[in-house]
Amino acid sequence: MSQVLILVDSVGGQVSKSTGELATFGSRLGSVTAVVFEPALAAQLNGFSIANVVVVTGVDTSKYSPAPVAEALAQLITSKSATALLVTSSARGKEIAGMVAVISNSGLITDAIDVDADRITTQSVFGGGTTVHSAVTTPTAVITMRSNSIEVVAGSGTPTQEEFAPTISEAAKLAVVNSTEPAVKGGRPELTEASIVVSGGRGTNGDFKPIEALADVLGAAVGASRAATDAGWYPHTHQVGQTGKTVSPQLYVACGISGAIQHRAGMQTSKLIVAVNKDPEAPIFELSDFGVVGDLFNVLPVATAAITAKKA
Amino acid sequence: MKIAVCVKQVPDSWAEKKMSGQVLDRAGVDAVLNDLDEYAVEEALRIVEAHSPTKEAGEGSGHTITLISMGPERATEAIRKALSMGADNAIHISDDALAGSDALATSLVLAKVISTEGFDLVICGTESTDARMSVVPAMLAQRLGWAALTFAGSVIVEPENSKVLIARSTEFGVENMSAAFPVVVSVNEKINEPRYPSFKGIMAAKKKTITAKSLSDLGIAASAVGASAAWSSVKDSLLRPARSSGIKVEDSGDGGNQLAAFLAEKRVI
Repeated sequence: MSQVLILVDSVGGQVSKSTGELATFGSRLGSVTAVVFEPALAAQLNGFSIANVVVVTGVDTSKYSPAPVAEALAQLITSKSATALLVTSSARGKEIAGMVAVISNSGLITDAIDVDADRITTQSVFGGGTTVHSAVTTPTAVITMRSNSIEVVAGSGTPTQEEFAPTISEAAKLAVVNSTEPAVKGGRPELTEASIVVSGGRGTNGDFKPIEALADVLGAAVGASRAATDAGWYPHTHQVGQTGKTVSPQLYVACGISGAIQHRAGMQTSKLIVAVNKDPEAPIFELSDFGVVGDLFNVLPVATAAITAKKA
Repeated sequence: MKIAVCVKQVPDSWAEKKMSGQVLDRAGVDAVLNDLDEYAVEEALRIVEAHSPTKEAGEGSGHTITLISMGPERATEAIRKALSMGADNAIHISDDALAGSDALATSLVLAKVISTEGFDLVICGTESTDARMSVVPAMLAQRLGWAALTFAGSVIVEPENSKVLIARSTEFGVENMSAAFPVVVSVNEKINEPRYPSFKGIMAAKKKTITAKSLSDLGIAASAVGASAAWSSVKDSLLRPARSSGIKVEDSGDGGNQLAAFLAEKRVI
């Protein structure tokens, strides 16, 4: 049976939700080996479609990032004769994938939203306007998968576990992480992983309170258009769009966002789109499943109260 | 310092893009300098200005900024734009055999130019707005055996110590990283505000040297690059059916309730 590697992502010692998605995709291609660089993560991998866990030892990922991770993965590809390596499509994930592709002479696909048993990937490109199917022609395919692309299928049993000590080159240790300031954690989910995103744009005039109130009652992440982040109304890390993050949640609520093509590029593949905008001609309504023409400062508080009442 | 900035000509990001067979249809849309590369050019200029006795880039600064671009003939337009911002000169790799190259081939060609010319610092944008893979800077560092300091939100260069320090935001927080020359840096779009070329800059750019290089000049076999050498291939592409607009209601006080009712109907809440 083909061997498939997945790179386990974690934040603050907790395995990320995307790991279950990678395992689900990976199990279509073969027997899944999950790769962790922190031993404590291995115990969190029960109940997924994961047959085997490799704990990589001797790599200080907090000091050197991400080149040693790439070298370790490339060596595992060789030792396991893996036909695929699946990594989450984050900035870090793509960077690692690019390095692995160079080291292992493997074809690379980024931002896939699906992969089938024959390693044919599906990507949604040009802002979601076009769907592309691609095949990798090398023995190993390196594929980065976009979060929220699949329902996680639970697996049974406890995976077997082994250790792996890679050889890390001096070149991989040239870039050094001197310090890390932990992300200030709001109570909200991470933007690219959230199942619901509520975003605000120019129409907020800098007041994100109604956006945040709606987000909190929905358990959603908060996004912002480039107009809003450039104006300094919301941090750039929350920007959704061509030059910001690409999100694909179950529900995207665009508030006071006109829907310029650069914004659409970052959210068009959302399953359900709801828009609130004063301008009935705003292009965002062209792709919305439900639109309210009105002032977000009137509509959102009413919606927030109604949702709170329904949930009570 | 010898600084290189990698730049790419791309279809205008405001234009609707579509596929032509297996590749992006580039003929039918306006071509511009990749937006995100403007930040890389600007950052290179700021680094030189900060370490120039004249506080200006160009001759007399003691540093050079060389643009490196791979692309067809018409990519010279994008190169001139970056030159007019203030870069000193450019190397343009153009060869029919390069058409359809994937990121692996692109990084191979750029790495060859960089290692042949020799630089202290290579600066890239985080991604091109057409392919949006954001892997070329990491691939370049890997091929060159150099340090990769990517997705930088701020960059400090200490030429006297041959050292580069960056800060970048990741899922884990803000990472402060550093490395000794030579380094590949990629900068994000929050790092600066790219300048508009001045009239003087535009006039000066016309006289700046763009060195054309072919694959044979670089000693790279045509069979190593281009669509036929790509390790992934597009099987097919289809236009996603346009999202049809759904229900649209006017708010007369009840819009919020209707919104909530819609979400309940779709079982989101």
